[in-house]
Amino acid sequence: MIFLTRRATFSASHYYWNPAWSEEKNEQVFGRCANRNGHGHNYTLEVTVAGEPDSVTGFVVDLKWLKNVIEREVLAAWDHRHLNLEVPEFAAIIPTTENIAIDAWRRLEPSVIQAGGAQLSRVRVYETPEIFAEYRGEA
Amino acid sequence: MIAYFGRRYTLCASHRLHTNALTVEENRATYGKCNNPHGHGHNYVVEVLVAGAVDPETGMVVNMAALDEVVRARVVERFDHTNLNLDPLFANRVPTTENLSSVVFALLKDALPVGKLERVRVEETENNFFECVE
Repeated sequence: MIFLTRRATFSASHYYWNPAWSEEKNEQVFGRCANRNGHGHNYTLEVTVAGEPDSVTGFVVDLKWLKNVIEREVLAAWDHRHLNLEVPEFAAIIPTTENIAIDAWRRLEPSVIQAGGAQLSRVRVYETPEIFAEYRGEA
Repeated sequence: MIAYFGRRYTLCASHRLHTNALTVEENRATYGKCNNPHGHGHNYVVEVLVAGAVDPETGMVVNMAALDEVVRARVVERFDHTNLNLDPLFANRVPTTENLSSVVFALLKDALPVGKLERVRVEETENNFFECVE
């Protein structure tokens, strides 16, 4: 089994806020991330697929294809956007790095399944070089 | 839904790779420059990966501020700007980065505010790193 990873970057703004909580509790739990004017990051997205190399091409998947899938399914929706205000899935869930990784998986998986062959193995999202979250499709 | 939260910390420390179980010549042959008597140092990066359910109220596996508090108190404060060889945990253990990753894993395993310690990775330089799992 070979694991192949493609990296992409996007820039977006967000804030952390649970509307069920008081202002004080939001500020206590989320700290500076609760500033409702938002703030932003240069995110790095790493998408890993797993499979056997094709006997003819030697590819697990064509990297150009994977690049296009990432751009079409994820970057087109998120890059240079305010995640809370402009991305429908984050209207109801908080765009933490964990939830961003889970949602990137949801956006990418149908295209990977449709292509056949390789499986989506891991999505990792770096919010900064020191902070990241990953999702491996586990319930 | 299970996800993983990762956080990287930096600590600067010195060490010397040397064991009394080997002769002077054997130490020199085994550890090379790392056996120099006065030691040397690294900017270590400690990467902590926590597994757990994403809390529906916070969207988080673990609150980063709470994780930082634990890792800083138990690992960074303990080892940053110190000589690893002098720490009691390395009294009978060579402070290789393999052993450092395993010591860090043990220091954090039962101390996390929430979730399970999935992996500790220690980067000694940009070109070498070591990972410890359960």
